[in-house]
Amino acid sequence: MDFRISEPVVGPRSEDALPASVTSAVKVVVVGGFGVGKTTLVGAVSEIKPLTTEETMTQASTGVDDIAGVERKSETTVAMDFGRITLNDELVLYLFGTPGQQRFWFLWNGLFEGALGAVVLIDTRRLEDSFDVMGRLEERGMPFVVAINAFPDAPSHPVSELRAALDIPDAVPVIDCDARNRGSSRDALLTLMRYLHTLTTTTPEPW
Amino acid sequence: MSDPEQPQRPDWEEGGPERLYVITSGRDLPDKRSPLDMVTLIVSRNEAGGSMQPEQAAIVRICDYPLSVAEISAYLHLPVSVIAVLLTDLLSNGHVEARVPAPAKLPDVALLEAVMHGLQNL
Repeated sequence: MDFRISEPVVGPRSEDALPASVTSAVKVVVVGGFGVGKTTLVGAVSEIKPLTTEETMTQASTGVDDIAGVERKSETTVAMDFGRITLNDELVLYLFGTPGQQRFWFLWNGLFEGALGAVVLIDTRRLEDSFDVMGRLEERGMPFVVAINAFPDAPSHPVSELRAALDIPDAVPVIDCDARNRGSSRDALLTLMRYLHTLTTTTPEPW
Repeated sequence: MSDPEQPQRPDWEEGGPERLYVITSGRDLPDKRSPLDMVTLIVSRNEAGGSMQPEQAAIVRICDYPLSVAEISAYLHLPVSVIAVLLTDLLSNGHVEARVPAPAKLPDVALLEAVMHGLQNL
């Protein structure tokens, strides 16, 4: 997406407008590697077609990672897809998908501040991607649940094996999820909310 | 300055950082920790005026119903950080109002129950 405003700015379609009575918003972040299904999950539960926002990547990426096509530019932009669920007349939930790779962690600062929690979406074919993500979330004190997106050709591991392989704390829920399915994706969010509820109503030492 | 083989190219690319610098009049956020969150809801308080910058007029126009900062960024095709600068002016001039996100550290039980209830209705 280019930053351009030459054509008139078109806002949301009238059926996508939030009720004027909405007073506050909450957010949940879906974290995972490329192609793991973050946008699919967001799109499955969102009441609007997922939108894309972007931030400028000002860090030097040289030496950290090769991004084709950045030779000319000193800056590049990273896109984040997000969706929305109106929960009631006053409250709306925004769901952001963000890449989990370390070079994108600069995006996390504004994103996780004030977030209720995170869903770490995992592809069992690329488990190593998720290891750093969970460590980073723990450092930030950001509660999360782990959702395993069921790809047809992915090796199937029992949850207990994955928990051990990824060193996931016992208290953190691990669930199977089909990101294409609205009900399944909603259940992943509900699992996160129940987990947060438990954390809030029990001792104040989540970790 | 201009390349003779390229007729009338502007000095900067429309999508380049220079243009973003112009839109924000070269300002960074007054405080790096902006009070605006990605999900702060913005609502217009009056009509877009002729004296506004086009980007600010566009914000006032599309926020006749509440929109989050992230949605404004998506519809204007501008980064959140640029939208935050534009909104700082609009807020201080009273053209728009901000509805702050629900606090979430740790979230209160009633808020979580409201979220769960809403999700169960999906």
